[in-house]
Amino acid sequence: MISGNLPALQVVLPLFGAILCALARRGWLAWFIALVVSWIVPVIAVGMILQVLDSGPISYAMGGWTPPIGIEYRVDLLNAFVLLLISAVGAVMLPYANLSVQSEIDEDKQAWFYALYLLCLTGMLGIAITGDAFNAFVFLEVSSLSTYAMIALGKDRRALLAAYQYLIMGTIGATFYVIAIGILYSMTGTLNMVDMSNRLGDVATVRPLFAALAFLTVGISLKFALFPLHSWLPNAYAYAPTFATAFLAATATKAAVYLMLRFFFAVYGVAIVFGIHPVSEILIVLSILAMFAASIVAVFQDNIKRMLAYSSVAQIGYITLGFGLANAQGLTGAIVHLANHAVTKGALFLAVGGIVYRMGAARLEDFKGIGRQMPLTMAGFTIAGLSIIGVPGTAGFVSKWYLAIAALEQGWGWLVILLVLSSLISVIYIGRVVEMAYFREPEGKALEARDMPLSMMIPAWVMILGTIYFGVETSWTAGIAAQIANDLLAGVQ
Amino acid sequence: MAAFQELVQHYNSWIAIFLMVSGLYIVVARGNMVKKLVGLGLFQTSVYLIYLSPGKIIGGTPPILSDQYTVYSNPLPHVLILTAIVVGVATLALGLALVVRINEAFGSIEEDEIFEKDVEA
Repeated sequence: MISGNLPALQVVLPLFGAILCALARRGWLAWFIALVVSWIVPVIAVGMILQVLDSGPISYAMGGWTPPIGIEYRVDLLNAFVLLLISAVGAVMLPYANLSVQSEIDEDKQAWFYALYLLCLTGMLGIAITGDAFNAFVFLEVSSLSTYAMIALGKDRRALLAAYQYLIMGTIGATFYVIAIGILYSMTGTLNMVDMSNRLGDVATVRPLFAALAFLTVGISLKFALFPLHSWLPNAYAYAPTFATAFLAATATKAAVYLMLRFFFAVYGVAIVFGIHPVSEILIVLSILAMFAASIVAVFQDNIKRMLAYSSVAQIGYITLGFGLANAQGLTGAIVHLANHAVTKGALFLAVGGIVYRMGAARLEDFKGIGRQMPLTMAGFTIAGLSIIGVPGTAGFVSKWYLAIAALEQGWGWLVILLVLSSLISVIYIGRVVEMAYFREPEGKALEARDMPLSMMIPAWVMILGTIYFGVETSWTAGIAAQIANDLLAGVQ
Repeated sequence: MAAFQELVQHYNSWIAIFLMVSGLYIVVARGNMVKKLVGLGLFQTSVYLIYLSPGKIIGGTPPILSDQYTVYSNPLPHVLILTAIVVGVATLALGLALVVRINEAFGSIEEDEIFEKDVEA
């Protein structure tokens, strides 16, 4: 009974959890509810991924209305992978939230924060699981609206401006997505993604489909901050509460990237997107610009949260580069980088959160001598930093390796050189922080700083060890990603 | 003449596009945060028209199963837009709430004035 309804539970559970959190009113109680929900959700995701590996895609008819009339929840390997990624990140991070949220958010707003967090989780899991194009829009807005509110809870008053800016940009992005779905619906007469992809071949006039593709690409790109549509991201990540930043950096952009992957490769299909239209060239140029421009800007940031946010924009460039290459290796690299970047950036933000917890801020000068005062925290930051750079033995290396092979397969040696060069820039911005932490004398507040408390240290180190584990043992990430990439390129539904 | 006819035939799309672009222009060009939200609302609302107008068939009835009627209008776009309106209202409410908080924190809702204060702080 339960195993048959897993797809519905995946979304309904955090939704009801959010309501309970809002009713709980007390911060610790809401945290506990969020913790229970966050720990059950990945179990459901594992259950589904095992079912998918065992017996192929799961199709769940919401409310008993058979697709394509009703809304279908469809779980194939790609969905299951993204669902597991998002829910597992939430489960690992939530124990960290308790102290971090207590130190940054007013007592009477803590329960609301957890309600928002669970709503955001609901939205992202919903995007990843639904097989209905319009339903995906609704979930996109559920997660976005709760994200705006979460960012606005930041201590600094500039958090409000960041949230407002993000609201404007995010709504424009979502509306572009709605326009695209509207055009696709009027051309095909269906909202079900599988059905839509079957009927696209019968559409006689191609121009509306091209318009829809353009709206879709720009709209979703706004949501995951593809360069040059990234202007909302640095401020939003810099001023949001630290836990929200860590969670969003690891998951939010990934859900939107998934949606793009789904439309490009499953709904439209490789032949239309990359064969007829110059999407590949556009994506590759923008990705390279992102890798360099965002990395260079990151070097000059004084606020370390903001620096890591710019680094996120650069890392999204690597993911879209894999889309643009559009061969099996490139796509594998992109999908693997979804997971690897989630773990790496999550680890970095959790480590920085420890410094915010002790020092009250995360400016570069706050890091003076921290390496001696907070050895475990800073060691973790350094290891995760190595993964951002892409040092062999860390998760970041695996994804870049696949991208480099994909570039060589296309015969583009220059692209490999650009990959290495952009990684060298990340050596500078990570190195700046490491140098400050290990080779300067601590002063002021730093003299009394100790490592972060155990309940924050354990989640941070689980993520940090994750960056090493996924750099060595790649059967879970790269193995599954390769299978997904082959399915997508072959057009398996 | 034929081209002109085709232009006029799609007058509903032209209206929607005109509203859409005006909305987007207001969002970009205005510095006042409330005006920006008004523009955003106009932009979102115009998209509703893009959905609704293809759903209407002239002479079509609501989809009631009966031998007397053979031409139906499609109800699904209306349902979708009902959902989209709810999302739009929630967005506008959250946006206005943020503007109220910004006014409390900065004492202004003009973007250029706020950025000036931000540099001082």
